[in-house]
Amino acid sequence: MAEYKILHDKSNCFYETYERKGELRNQTHYCPGCGHGNAHKLIAQAIEQLGIQDRTITVSPVGCGVFAYYYLDTGNIQAAHGRAAAVATAAKRSRPDSIVISYQGDGDLAAIGTAEILHAANRGENITVFFVNNGIYGMTGGQLAPTTPVGAKSTTSPFGRDAHNDGYPIKVCELLSALEAPVYLERVALGTTKQIMAASRAVKKALENQVKGLGFSLVEILSPCPTIWKLSPVAAQERVRDEMAAIFPIGVYRDRTREAQPYPAPKPAPPAEQIPAILGIESAEGVIEAAKPDRPVDWRIRVAGFGGQGVLMLGEVLAEAGLEAGLEVSWLPSYGPEMRSGTSNCHVRVGTHPIASPLVTKPNVLLALNEPSLKKFLPTVEPGGWVLYNGESIPEGIQVRGDVNMQAIPFTQLADELGEAKAGNIVSLGALLELTGMLRQEAVDHALAHLVKSTRWLEIDRQALKAGRRAAHAREAERAEVCQ
Amino acid sequence: MKPQLIKGNEAVVKAAVLAGCRAYYGYPITPASEIAEAAAYYFQQTGGHFIQAESEVASVNMLYGAASAGVRAMTASSGPGISLMQEGVSYLAGAELPCVIVDITRGGPGLGNIAPEQSDYRQVVKIGGHGCYRVLVLAPNSVQEMADLTTLAFDLADEYLTPVFVMADGFIGQMMEPVTFASEVRKVTTPDWAVDGTAERRKNLVASIRIEADDLEKHILHLDAKYKRAEREAVRYEAFMAEDADLVLVAYGIVSRICKSVVEQLRGEGLKAGLLRPITLYPFPEAKIRQLARTASVFGCVEMSTGQMIEDVRLSLEGRKPVEFYGRCGGNIPSEEEVLRFAREVLKRSTPVVVSEEVVHG
Repeated sequence: MAEYKILHDKSNCFYETYERKGELRNQTHYCPGCGHGNAHKLIAQAIEQLGIQDRTITVSPVGCGVFAYYYLDTGNIQAAHGRAAAVATAAKRSRPDSIVISYQGDGDLAAIGTAEILHAANRGENITVFFVNNGIYGMTGGQLAPTTPVGAKSTTSPFGRDAHNDGYPIKVCELLSALEAPVYLERVALGTTKQIMAASRAVKKALENQVKGLGFSLVEILSPCPTIWKLSPVAAQERVRDEMAAIFPIGVYRDRTREAQPYPAPKPAPPAEQIPAILGIESAEGVIEAAKPDRPVDWRIRVAGFGGQGVLMLGEVLAEAGLEAGLEVSWLPSYGPEMRSGTSNCHVRVGTHPIASPLVTKPNVLLALNEPSLKKFLPTVEPGGWVLYNGESIPEGIQVRGDVNMQAIPFTQLADELGEAKAGNIVSLGALLELTGMLRQEAVDHALAHLVKSTRWLEIDRQALKAGRRAAHAREAERAEVCQ
Repeated sequence: MKPQLIKGNEAVVKAAVLAGCRAYYGYPITPASEIAEAAAYYFQQTGGHFIQAESEVASVNMLYGAASAGVRAMTASSGPGISLMQEGVSYLAGAELPCVIVDITRGGPGLGNIAPEQSDYRQVVKIGGHGCYRVLVLAPNSVQEMADLTTLAFDLADEYLTPVFVMADGFIGQMMEPVTFASEVRKVTTPDWAVDGTAERRKNLVASIRIEADDLEKHILHLDAKYKRAEREAVRYEAFMAEDADLVLVAYGIVSRICKSVVEQLRGEGLKAGLLRPITLYPFPEAKIRQLARTASVFGCVEMSTGQMIEDVRLSLEGRKPVEFYGRCGGNIPSEEEVLRFAREVLKRSTPVVVSEEVVHG
């Protein structure tokens, strides 16, 4: 056997034998002359030189590169077609100390996965993408790729790529260089030994950028596919050098490696015991001790009006106050088709019995803050129930029901007199409390303090509540007089 | 802990953080957007990650990446977005990755509308992606359950190494009820199989590909065995006055609340109605339905769809008892009055049949 000297040994980043492969475990599944072999070698070499093998996670795509995990002795994740950049994004975010490689082919990255690569690049994900561009779908047997040259035949462009039918080859480096975030974009080729040496430097640099935390790096590797191109390995390499490099110019498209600042380290997680407070989950103090009603109550309330009248908020105050009073409560907004016509309504239940259905179809309280709401919901009110309408009087054309307690009070106007017409909802609440004694003042005060964050508004709401009570009281007194 | 009045959608997020979830990737969609909004607010303050992804396709694949790295991860969406995620769900199931997907269902098909419907049942429960796989599906019917079942979903996902869905209609997501949360944050350890960029886990591989037929078959049978175990061990339901009922209503989500109210009213009138509420839609409480079939004379399935869960009720009954259906869709909700009418009619039509001899299994 002739004497020989090993100049380029297999990188330690490759498995010794390829156990995950079914057979022929000492060789790859790539065809003779395929660019993937060289691309793998350059990546393995760079990982080894940078000393990051233990930290590396390789995300392999769908395409010939799908089996990268047969060879690369790193952590491996196999992704769905086109989604490697999204998978890599989250793996990196979850494990900021890892070095994440997204290894993708042209169909994967430049066709089905365009959204994922564009947005990963645009977010400046601190990942490294190796984009192997051989201008054809290799694994599936030679269909048109987004990078297939115009005029080139493929099994799905049997008469040659027609720009009018199929568009033009997508130039990924040029496209991504329009984005602000990427730190490094370079196109290299595997057409000559010299090109391969240059590719080696680019591959290493792209990984080094991630080690330094500089952000998104992508190296596009123009790569031969002798089998599908139906060329000898040598002729295929020549095509990369002469034809592909003419369509996809080799070069640096973005290099901010020098001026880029490393990404700040992620904020450390707060201690676990602080998390409930961050979530706003109040600690131990129980529901305020309240004398629960001595008789069962079941308030089924419908609040309705125009959007912007504080309909949902009013419902929330009622439910929150009910909770403060130790009652069972539910609040359900009508957010569906009705919302679009500009009206808004919600269902509130406050009672002593556990609530089965939170829907209020037969209310015993209707707070109608506008005329259409009164028209719509008045017929649904249970006999004996309460109807409070926002106006001087019940509008003409609406039949006053004798079997319910109806009151018209100009809530919005009263609120306007306080300087904030928007507080009309709370004026109506004051009236409701005065008329029905539904909830104790203290519970409502608590609820307002809890829900209204602005001190100015809290004061306005307190005044509004009083105004509502006063107005309702006056109405009751008037009515009593009339009855006498 | 003091209960707090909170929206279903927000409860999901707080419960998820307390369950140790630290990765949220999602795309906004009504009526699920509050989940993304609350996640954006809370995850970033609690050492977690949040990205508003470019699409649901991207978000489900980000989930795949985070789950591969061994962290508890979640997303949320509604019908149209869930449809887009189905490819990813198949990969997650194939690669045996635990994660939680919340579906706040709305009206379909197509753009449909944003109002509540229960028309995602088929695509979620019967699976919407390719391959022989299942996902576990939990169906909360209250805001408290939005929290509790989210916690459970993470635990089940870890136990069964599979995506787990929390499927609630728009109402359950949008409504507010008092919720008591867990008082402590769950400690999550990195699983042995994770690909987390460390020396001890360097040899790990997460993949759904099995290139040899025998390998893939073995893998599929392994998955199937997990689902069979879930069918034995993970079934949950609530039976309300069902044991002696002539008519058993079957409903989940908001509809089960309406049906419960209906059952209370019918019982008040002396009519023997009951409710079976599946809490796990997969695994479906088949055995319980068969057991109730021994005493009930008829089943009534009520849904906000044209009838999707009813297929599982029928399959469970295997013809033992008739099943009637009442549904509303398009964003309409079956009202108590409507369901009452339906239930009375069904009860009137069905004459209780006395089975003299037990001939059925289950």
